Amino acid sequence: MVTRIVVGAHYGWRDWLVQRVTAVVMAIYSVVLAGILLVGPPVDYDVWHALFAQGWMRVATLLFAASVAWHMWIGVRDILMDYVKPVGLRLALQVFVVVVIAGYLGWTIQILWR
Amino acid sequence: MSQAVANKKNRPKYLNLTALLFEIRLPVAGWVSILHRISGALLFVATLWLLFMLDRSLASARDFAFVVHYLQLWPVKLALLVVIWAFCHHFCAGIRFLLLETQRGWDKKSARLSSIIVLVAGVVLTIVFGARLW
Repeated sequence: MVTRIVVGAHYGWRDWLVQRVTAVVMAIYSVVLAGILLVGPPVDYDVWHALFAQGWMRVATLLFAASVAWHMWIGVRDILMDYVKPVGLRLALQVFVVVVIAGYLGWTIQILWR
Repeated sequence: MSQAVANKKNRPKYLNLTALLFEIRLPVAGWVSILHRISGALLFVATLWLLFMLDRSLASARDFAFVVHYLQLWPVKLALLVVIWAFCHHFCAGIRFLLLETQRGWDKKSARLSSIIVLVAGVVLTIVFGARLW
């Protein structure tokens, strides 16, 4: 008989769920974007620029980018937890990853609302 | 408990590089899984590059033309092809994991089949998108 002591505040469960919900958001966005590009006219600058000038597209892309950021954080953090054992190094790498992802998100917003 | 500790000490280890590379063979589902992780890590790094291209392509007509020209260079195309593969594999493998987690395709035969489908679909989609790019 194994006695398990359950501790913590279920952070693992929340991250697990977030990773799946964001995955679905990204999948839907990707399929819709691919559909728009495949069905529409050949992509030149005017078509491309007009697509990202529309309000709904900007919001959808921001939602996609936010999903990427959150999903990416959980995924890269899991990789670091699995392979980087020294606590100090792991913490430093995790901080670096957080900064990079925040930068990605900031840059995306800047690109979308230029 | 003390028995477990004792066993842990005597447990044979067989994880040298030769064993990892040539002797321990992953089942096909294992390949899908490790490639999911590798492609994910790759996409994390590639996002910097993809954002650079998105930024330039939306900046002005001239910058858009630059990106189009840039994408004609073969090393760039090759790199983009790798990123496209990473995306397609990550996408397909992710859908497989979602299905497994909702208790679909659990028996050995379907799990193996879905693994093969994911590996093939990743490559086929890469070829399809790559052909459009080229």
